[in-house]
Amino acid sequence: MGEAGAAAADGAGPLLEADRLRFAYVEEPVLEDVDLRVAPGEFVALVGPNGSGKSTLLKLLLGSLRPGSGTVRLFGRDPAAVRDRGRLGFVPQRPTLASETPATVEEIVASGRLPRRGWWRPLAAADRTAVHHALESVGLASLAGRPVTELSGGQQQRAFIARAFASDPDLLVLDEPIAGVDAESQRRFRDSLVHLLHEHGAGVLLVSHELAAVAEDVDRVVVLKRRVLFDGPPSELAASGVSLGVHSEDLPLWLEGLR
Amino acid sequence: MSALTPPYPFDLGFMQRALVASLIVGVFAPMIGTFLVQKRLALIGDGIGHVAFAGVGAGLLVGIWPVWTALAFAVAGALGVEWLRERRRVSGDVALALLFYSGIALGVVLVSAADGLDASILGYLFGQPLTVTDDEIVTIAVLGAAIVAMVLLLRRALFAVVTDDEWSRVAGLPSAGLNSLLAVATACGVVAAMRVVGILLVAALMVLPVASGQLLARSFRGTLAWSVAIGVLSVVIGLTLTGVFDLAPGGAIVLVAAAVFGIVAAVKRSAPRALRQEEHG
Repeated sequence: MGEAGAAAADGAGPLLEADRLRFAYVEEPVLEDVDLRVAPGEFVALVGPNGSGKSTLLKLLLGSLRPGSGTVRLFGRDPAAVRDRGRLGFVPQRPTLASETPATVEEIVASGRLPRRGWWRPLAAADRTAVHHALESVGLASLAGRPVTELSGGQQQRAFIARAFASDPDLLVLDEPIAGVDAESQRRFRDSLVHLLHEHGAGVLLVSHELAAVAEDVDRVVVLKRRVLFDGPPSELAASGVSLGVHSEDLPLWLEGLR
Repeated sequence: MSALTPPYPFDLGFMQRALVASLIVGVFAPMIGTFLVQKRLALIGDGIGHVAFAGVGAGLLVGIWPVWTALAFAVAGALGVEWLRERRRVSGDVALALLFYSGIALGVVLVSAADGLDASILGYLFGQPLTVTDDEIVTIAVLGAAIVAMVLLLRRALFAVVTDDEWSRVAGLPSAGLNSLLAVATACGVVAAMRVVGILLVAALMVLPVASGQLLARSFRGTLAWSVAIGVLSVVIGLTLTGVFDLAPGGAIVLVAAAVFGIVAAVKRSAPRALRQEEHG
């Protein structure tokens, strides 16, 4: 995937790079000297116990917060200065939909084209094709016209993943996307991520503590608890007695016991 | 009566003007309301209406056409409440309460200072489409056209922002700008609808048709279409009843919109039950 990956990054540099990030809410330090890197075609999982600073790190990486010190580079630039936001696909944690929202799956996914297309422009035929491909990649093409509220939790989450796919992202960032999702949806989720990594050479940053579904596909695991405690391939993590896949319940327990 | 004359009660000039003004409001009010309801800000139109009342008072006091001062006050109030919400200085309902009470209090002070507490003020509070002038119809049409154009052009971006603000910001959509634009459009809508249904009832035409539309539609686009259709139906039936039975027009229109919701909700409640019985029967 080297070639596709390099093309996706507009050069050889990483898609996302954080260097010695520090952040504190008032006096309380949340992150200290955090380094993180996602290269084209690379699948990085970010894990950490509750309160480890994962959400804050994500906000810094996406440009919603500014670091106290250190630097973040998204596609080689300050995240807030990245104009072509379609290169970034984002799946927020538990997207909130008013329960009575009568929006179809297709309408939700079509929103994903706005960053690529320009939010003021009407969608064209190419956009509709991209939306259809995104729906197919998560196995929701047959439910395109259904109201989102009629879908199961797992199907709804796949719709939001398809929205991120719709802009053909070079980097996909997912915040706890499979928490409490059914097995079928987890399998679809894994297949669609692998497709994005291998066919498009995109990079993936997955924030989650349920990694069993993707254990075999993750290139690097980053364990965060205010600072980076581990950054390496899952096999090295396994050497310290933690398996992502076989003993999927080990990881959350191990994370909670971290000092 | 000649066959070419519009049917009773729209055979008189003032009823025709009332119908034109009300139809425009019947189209744009539910359009804005569809986004406000998604944003869980169904009552914002009411809050802005109260501020518009203060604007009417200011106009009467300084001798400017109250529609202009109402527009200025409403836009300032809408942007102010959006500013408060954006910075999370206060919660949404407290921001609304601020708008409601300071608006109506300032309105009463200004209107009474202008010696305007007479029957004419009721036209602004409860609407009086039967006395709408040509100038007012032009104002309503211009504001209405701007709102309809904005909604049609920015429908998808507004939809993204009102349904998932966090994602929209990360995706680079100008979330704050679009929210402010929606707030300004709401203010324009309130002022344009002021003479038809009145400041105190304007939010009803933004919300009630949408409440029915949500029950009938299976998509956001469908909700917009149903809401507009029900808005138009409500003003036509409401004005007809007004002409025939000599009712208060603003109230009649809103009561029809509420009745439509009651009917739609009752039908929707019984329809799934019938379907379930069919499936299990």
